[in-house]
Amino acid sequence: MWKPSLRRSPRSAALILSLLLLAILAMGCYPSNPMSTFGTAGPIAEMQLNLFYIIFWTAVVVFVVVEGALVYAMVKFRRRPDQAIPKQTHGNERLEIAWTIAPTLVLAAIAVPTIMTIFETATLPPGEVMEVTVTGHQWWFEFDYPELGISTANELHVPVGTTVNLALESDDVIHSFWVPKLFGKTDLLPGTTNTMWFSADEAGNYYGQCAEFCGTAHAQMRFRVIAEDEASFNEWVANQQAPAVRPGSGTQAALGQRVFGLNGCGTCHTISGSEPEDVQENRMDAFINREEGAMSPFPAPNLTHFASRSTFAGSITDLTEANLRLWLEDPSNLKPGTRMEELAVAYNPMSLGSEELDQLIAYLTSLE
Amino acid sequence: MAAITGTVPRWLQRPSGYGGLWSWVVTVDHKRIGVLYGITSVAFFFVGGIEALIIRLQLAGPGNSVVSPEVYSQLFSMHALTMIFLAIMPLSSAFFNIVIPLQIGARDVAFPRLNALSYWVYLFGGLLLNAGWFFGGSPGSGWFAYAPLTSSTFDPSAGMDYYVMGLLMLGIASMAAAFNFVVTIINMRAPGMSLMRMPVFTWMTFVTSLLLATAMPVITVALIQLGFDRMLGTHFFDATAGGLPILWQHLFWVFGHPEVYILILPAMGIVSEVLPTFSRKPLFGYPFIVFSGIFIGFMGWAVWSHHMFTVGLGPVANAAFTVSTLLIAVPTGVKVFNWIGTLWNGSIEYKTPMLFSLGFIALFIIGGLSGVTHASPPADAQQQDTYYIVGHIHYVLFGGSIFGLFSGIYYWFPKVTGRLLGEGLGKLHFWTMFIGMNVAFAPMHWVGLDGMPRRIYTYESSMGWDFWNLVSTVGAAVVALSMLVFLWNFFVSVRKTELDAGPDPWDARTLEWSMSSPPPHYNFAQIPTVHGRDAFWDQKYAEGPDGIPTPIPSGGASNVEEHVNIQMPGLSYFPIITALGLALTFSGLLVHLAVVAVGVLVAFFGAYGWAFEPAEEAEEGH
Repeated sequence: MWKPSLRRSPRSAALILSLLLLAILAMGCYPSNPMSTFGTAGPIAEMQLNLFYIIFWTAVVVFVVVEGALVYAMVKFRRRPDQAIPKQTHGNERLEIAWTIAPTLVLAAIAVPTIMTIFETATLPPGEVMEVTVTGHQWWFEFDYPELGISTANELHVPVGTTVNLALESDDVIHSFWVPKLFGKTDLLPGTTNTMWFSADEAGNYYGQCAEFCGTAHAQMRFRVIAEDEASFNEWVANQQAPAVRPGSGTQAALGQRVFGLNGCGTCHTISGSEPEDVQENRMDAFINREEGAMSPFPAPNLTHFASRSTFAGSITDLTEANLRLWLEDPSNLKPGTRMEELAVAYNPMSLGSEELDQLIAYLTSLE
Repeated sequence: MAAITGTVPRWLQRPSGYGGLWSWVVTVDHKRIGVLYGITSVAFFFVGGIEALIIRLQLAGPGNSVVSPEVYSQLFSMHALTMIFLAIMPLSSAFFNIVIPLQIGARDVAFPRLNALSYWVYLFGGLLLNAGWFFGGSPGSGWFAYAPLTSSTFDPSAGMDYYVMGLLMLGIASMAAAFNFVVTIINMRAPGMSLMRMPVFTWMTFVTSLLLATAMPVITVALIQLGFDRMLGTHFFDATAGGLPILWQHLFWVFGHPEVYILILPAMGIVSEVLPTFSRKPLFGYPFIVFSGIFIGFMGWAVWSHHMFTVGLGPVANAAFTVSTLLIAVPTGVKVFNWIGTLWNGSIEYKTPMLFSLGFIALFIIGGLSGVTHASPPADAQQQDTYYIVGHIHYVLFGGSIFGLFSGIYYWFPKVTGRLLGEGLGKLHFWTMFIGMNVAFAPMHWVGLDGMPRRIYTYESSMGWDFWNLVSTVGAAVVALSMLVFLWNFFVSVRKTELDAGPDPWDARTLEWSMSSPPPHYNFAQIPTVHGRDAFWDQKYAEGPDGIPTPIPSGGASNVEEHVNIQMPGLSYFPIITALGLALTFSGLLVHLAVVAVGVLVAFFGAYGWAFEPAEEAEEGH
């Protein structure tokens, strides 16, 4: 029968605890993954990480002291054979006062930098600010640049070093906006506008993801922040502000535009330039108030410059012709929960043949 | 007595006899109700565990498709609901029921039939909450059920209706039990047992019951509003009609944070009983542990918004809730220091209950410290809704509550059954569970900081989360294994006569060990008089002026004299009938109004019979 040695138990507990601690420490120098909260690239994330380090190392010290005392007591005061009953001590008031004050001081030392950081991250830094409105939809993010007249989806372009002031809203349920390397999360609430600011220190492609459970495709509600230098950003802006590319007559793309129109894709997707005010909201209202079984519009990404993006479908997959075909053939397979299949006429029943798909793909990929 | 029986209609007479399965249905004995609570909650604990294992299988590797996204949402929602409402809370209730009357020197709780009603309503509520697995889908919008995702627009399935009705029923069960234990502890203590002589487990039960009695009404209000929104078209949480989704979050967490202490305080009470027994020393700093518990319970009401740091309540609110949250860490630390003080200069015996209590302290320290890192809103902005939080809550609720409750199972099992649980298998259970839980939950802290959000059913390999997720899944399998060891131990030990416990197998300190195991129906042949804390220890040992105790000859021998005239509450049909009526009413709201009408009639019949049945059993055969 398995018989553990009583003497060894406290020691193996000590061993496990120290291994645990080592593992935690080793994690601190782990290579930085795309969604890692370490390896920050902006002031907000950096302030948040610095604060985490203060608390983490304080906690490590407390951990070592308290677990150390626990393990020491477990080993030192284990029962020996024929040991008499120990003295019945009931407490010690001085000790009680000491170990009430000690954690209070430690916690005060954490509270001060915390409260400073709360207000620092909440205050917009002086200088030029770019305004962007972020709207959460099941299950994609809409980005509107009110000053620039741009409306796009899932990829937020910002110039490096510029303070971006976000107005955060939701059209349906609660979502949360989060790019670990740039900023911690702030929720997107229906009926309320939250604000937060951030800036990116260096050019790069930063991964973000919705952080508040928002339904079936919550795992696939991703997005990117694309930080680029001033020149590239201005080029992007100029392209986004231009009207949609018109396909030459007789081309595949022109036939695709016909397919797009005939199937009513434009009910939910805009291809005409920036989104007129409230269009997505009206689509949402129509969806909420729909009659049983009736087709209704639903907020869907603006496709005016669709081909200028690198990803699509909630930023879960690269924008290639092959992926686009997979998506159009069976949207729910690529992204379970998507409403496209449920709401679009073309899928009830599926009426897009291989030829139509070719034409549609040609059209969509021409929308630079 | 015959006069009374003669005037009462036959259907109102108390059931008689005390044997067979039927006697469990009509029982009002606190020990038997405790056993019912225990078995039911452990069964639900295994259901919740299976849900967790399926979740871990799905996440074992990137892009797995063990279950669909919809089923995955239902699994993580039901895993939380099951573990919180159907496993940990009722397992704590099992200990309240079994231990409290014995510890305070009472023969039963204040309201024995209400106690039975609590159990039956809990059982039926738990079944109703789980009915979605078979009829129409389980709740799939998270146990926190944030509006407006739960509205009929965004979640038209029946799942959220089961959530509303199931939790309303469980709330009734919890509140009835809470009032019962508050009244019992205030009124039914043995002579001499002043408040500051009560065992700490009794104290923590008292604080927990007060929290339950005050927190459950808040969630009840929220649930009724949600039910109205879903079924009657009101707009409490509907922003498009001027409602306020954030109202749900405030109500939910005003309930939800006291709930955290409802889950952990009973385990802290158990640990405070087990440590002194196996260190052979009184609890160090008794008044400080008691007042820390009260302070934690009170402050539990002042920290709810730390669950909402990313909601955008503004810097002033976030700063205020930071301070109140950090403040709660002080009494928690004081408790831990006093537990270590109890071990200090003790004579520690490593029996299985002690291992689980020590495991509780070691793991709860980790959970407490990681909790401090998200008491700070800017740091929390990165941690909120990631696996870091999942790791934290499992160190608190699994490393904390579950370890404490298992400590209680091993500690009081001999009192309930008269048999000890096997030590060898017990230690194997402890070590596999301790190692498995660390392997499962420690890596979650890392994947969380590495950016893995909670409640996602799939992830991509390029995120770099594969390895530690696989490790977590292996850890979960080890935990599952440890539970099989526990089951094996349970079924083997109850049959072994060499494991007969006797009245006091641990040389313990409180009154429940002063009578035979299992205790007689009436608990105490003679109600004891209490002269100090550790009331039973004082009967066994005399403390010299140097503080060294010496055994009193024949001290603590149980009073074996038969007291046949002890008047105990009679059996009753009416608690289960009333509970059935409530179950029909609440499930009827999901089916048809006719069922509701029948349910209300049955419940009224139960309450009527309850009020008018005679105080004593029918005396046929006497």
